[in-house]
Amino acid sequence: MTDQSKQLILVVDDYQDAREMYAEYLQFSGFRVAEARNGNEALEQAFALKPDLILMDLSLPGMDGWEATRQLKSDERTRHIPVVALTGHALAGASDGARKAGCDSFVTKPCLPDDLVVEVRRMLSAVQKQA
Amino acid sequence: MSPLQARTIARAPLASGAAARLELLEFFLVHADDIVRCAQASVDWLARYAGVRQSACLAVDAESNMLVGIAGAGVAADDIELFSWPLSDVRDPLVGALTAVQPVTFKPARPNGHASRALPLTPLGTAAFMAVPLRGTRETSGDEGALGLLLVRAQGGVSQDVQWLATVLGQKVEQIRGRGSLSEEVRKLRRERALFFTIINAVTDPILLTDTEGRLIVANARAEKLFAASEEESEGRRRAVELNNMLFSAALSRTAVVQPDPEARELLLVDPSDGSDLLFEVLSTTVEDPREGTGIVSVLRNITDLRRATEQIEENYQKLRVAEAAARAERDRLNLIIDSVADPIIVTDPTGSTVLMNAPAEEMFTVSFDSPESAQRTVQSNDAHFSSFISGLLLGVSGPGEIRRGEIALTNPNTLKPIPVEAIAGKVLTETGELTAVVTILHDRTEALERARLFEQLRVGADELQMRVQAATAELAQQNELLRRQAIELEQASRLKSQFLANMSHEFRTPLNAILGYTHMLLQGVAGDLLPAVRRQLSRIDSNGRHLLQIINEILDITRIEAGKMPLQVSEFDLTQLVPEVMAELDPMIARSKLPVTPRLAPSMPPVRTDRQKVKQILVNLLSNALKFTHQGGIDIIVSYDAAENAAVIAVRDTGIGIAPENHDKVFEDFRQVDDSPSRQYGGTGLGLAICRRLASMLGGRITLTSTLGEGSTFTLIFPVDAES
Repeated sequence: MTDQSKQLILVVDDYQDAREMYAEYLQFSGFRVAEARNGNEALEQAFALKPDLILMDLSLPGMDGWEATRQLKSDERTRHIPVVALTGHALAGASDGARKAGCDSFVTKPCLPDDLVVEVRRMLSAVQKQA
Repeated sequence: MSPLQARTIARAPLASGAAARLELLEFFLVHADDIVRCAQASVDWLARYAGVRQSACLAVDAESNMLVGIAGAGVAADDIELFSWPLSDVRDPLVGALTAVQPVTFKPARPNGHASRALPLTPLGTAAFMAVPLRGTRETSGDEGALGLLLVRAQGGVSQDVQWLATVLGQKVEQIRGRGSLSEEVRKLRRERALFFTIINAVTDPILLTDTEGRLIVANARAEKLFAASEEESEGRRRAVELNNMLFSAALSRTAVVQPDPEARELLLVDPSDGSDLLFEVLSTTVEDPREGTGIVSVLRNITDLRRATEQIEENYQKLRVAEAAARAERDRLNLIIDSVADPIIVTDPTGSTVLMNAPAEEMFTVSFDSPESAQRTVQSNDAHFSSFISGLLLGVSGPGEIRRGEIALTNPNTLKPIPVEAIAGKVLTETGELTAVVTILHDRTEALERARLFEQLRVGADELQMRVQAATAELAQQNELLRRQAIELEQASRLKSQFLANMSHEFRTPLNAILGYTHMLLQGVAGDLLPAVRRQLSRIDSNGRHLLQIINEILDITRIEAGKMPLQVSEFDLTQLVPEVMAELDPMIARSKLPVTPRLAPSMPPVRTDRQKVKQILVNLLSNALKFTHQGGIDIIVSYDAAENAAVIAVRDTGIGIAPENHDKVFEDFRQVDDSPSRQYGGTGLGLAICRRLASMLGGRITLTSTLGEGSTFTLIFPVDAES
């Protein structure tokens, strides 16, 4: 059922409904999807699977999204993977903090699955252009 | 009295022995009363006729009780009279010879120093001689003592001639002494003369007798000091004496010529001993003497010291006059000062009697006789009070600098008004500490007391005021503290509210995200095709979900603005690019409304420096409102530049329902729409314009509204081109 030609998206979110919703819609939209519930799982999965893009919710139990992103961006193996931050915090400075941590893009929740897929595709094409 | 006449005798012709004796006796007869002449003739006779070359005659002078030389021949000493021996000295060999019966022989000392008789100092020098006593006829024994001695050069014995001469001379001396009246006269004169000189010498003032030419006849010792000098004396002294004589002669001649009457004149002389000036008063009297002619007696009185003293006195008197004048001036000035002092001043002596008082004091302590009785009594009473105060001071022991203060109750004699007085008294002491006066100043304390009373009232008032102020301040401080706490609490509450709302919006969004997401997915056909009814129902869920999300977002915006968590982020951008961007964002809404939206941009619009995101948010809001409330017509977005204000102006003009004038302010309030009813026609939170107003204010600008009900509205955003200028 897995098609290695499809690009792999790692969805990191502790809220199951949201995580599964995005995962389902991404699969519906033609992506392979892996899931992680917190920062530690996100690192494990990222090192193991080398996804093409990571959707990172920032507010996570345990290791949060900012810290996970920092570690990913400081590691040779995962540095190249684009990270799209997802946050329900619309307060000013949230996006700055995310960019400082190394996020490549920033999306405010609520984000319709359709809008999210548009952003994912935009980021991936940007990476491909660079490559 | 001179021996010259005796020498005349010596020149007489030589006679034989008897004739020679006769000649001598004849001479004795001629000069019957002159012992000296007779004695001289005798010794001359011895030299001529008896071959005695050296001889002398000594006679006893009963007056002076002396043995004196009266004549001598061939003797060394010229002045035989210089030799004298006191009779009281009985051990003297010559005196002893007077009482001897036989002539006594005197011989010079032998080489071994032993002499039969010590050779006395006699006119005969150092050669041996014999002393032959001269006796009268009555003096037969030696006990009486001889009348004199005849000293002859010893020639181995007494010749007959010597013996004869001694006898006749002795008898002659006895004869003259026996008569003796004339010589008594002479002695008396001599005594008087001596007395006279003693007297005038005893006078301390110089006394002179001069002739009319000023030549000195007699002068006393003092006068001689000034007017006489011998050759031996110093050149200076002699010159001084010479000068004095000249000065005196001149003065005397003036006196004689100008003023014959005796009158005191001043004469300046020089003291020959030290050259200093001496001032004399000369009193001259002309005396007439038949024998000596006219003389002038002058008495000089030394008035140098007197003159000096006079001058000193004169000087002192002048000084005294000056000092007296100064003292009088000082006193006048003091009186002026004392009288010009408004406070009464009284000076009393140590007994307490008043010495001096100034005019204000007189008003209090003196009264005229015709004054009313009340005034008289008042003055007496005042006097009594003051005396009591002064006596208290006089009795007390105090130093020179000590000041005594006291209160005296006096009464004005004229007005009979009581005057509270403060008396300040000081003692005036002499250099020796003796009390000379007491000076008292009376100070009217009426005004001072009144002032003190007013001051006290004022102080009480001030104290009261101060207490009130303190109480008010304390209360204020308490209230401030309360307010401060309340402010802290409010701030905390506000912060908690903001935090709560931020958290809540996050919590709201998480489930809302899932609702909207799944609804969207269903509508997208993720789960397969939908029945038309299901699709319509899902659309309702989606639309209400979005409204809920908008409400949440707007609440969050308000919260962020109020919490100050929406800072100004200034950047430079072009408004002509922003407008299409806003239109693009609202494209679905514009498309739905089917209204023409026309941007009208000024051709030369400068770039602006402000918060792009906030301008955009306002424009989105204004445009979405315009779309919402317009059903036909169109919407214009007009961008222009106001040079006067240096401001950008963006007007959103619609042809919508319009707003009644009374509602123009209302639309900017929180959670307000014109139609607040639950059944209102238009959706929205009612927060949009409230947020826009706040955002515009943050940009330093404002939003204005012009609207006519039923015709349309124009919302205009005006903000500075440079937010930081």
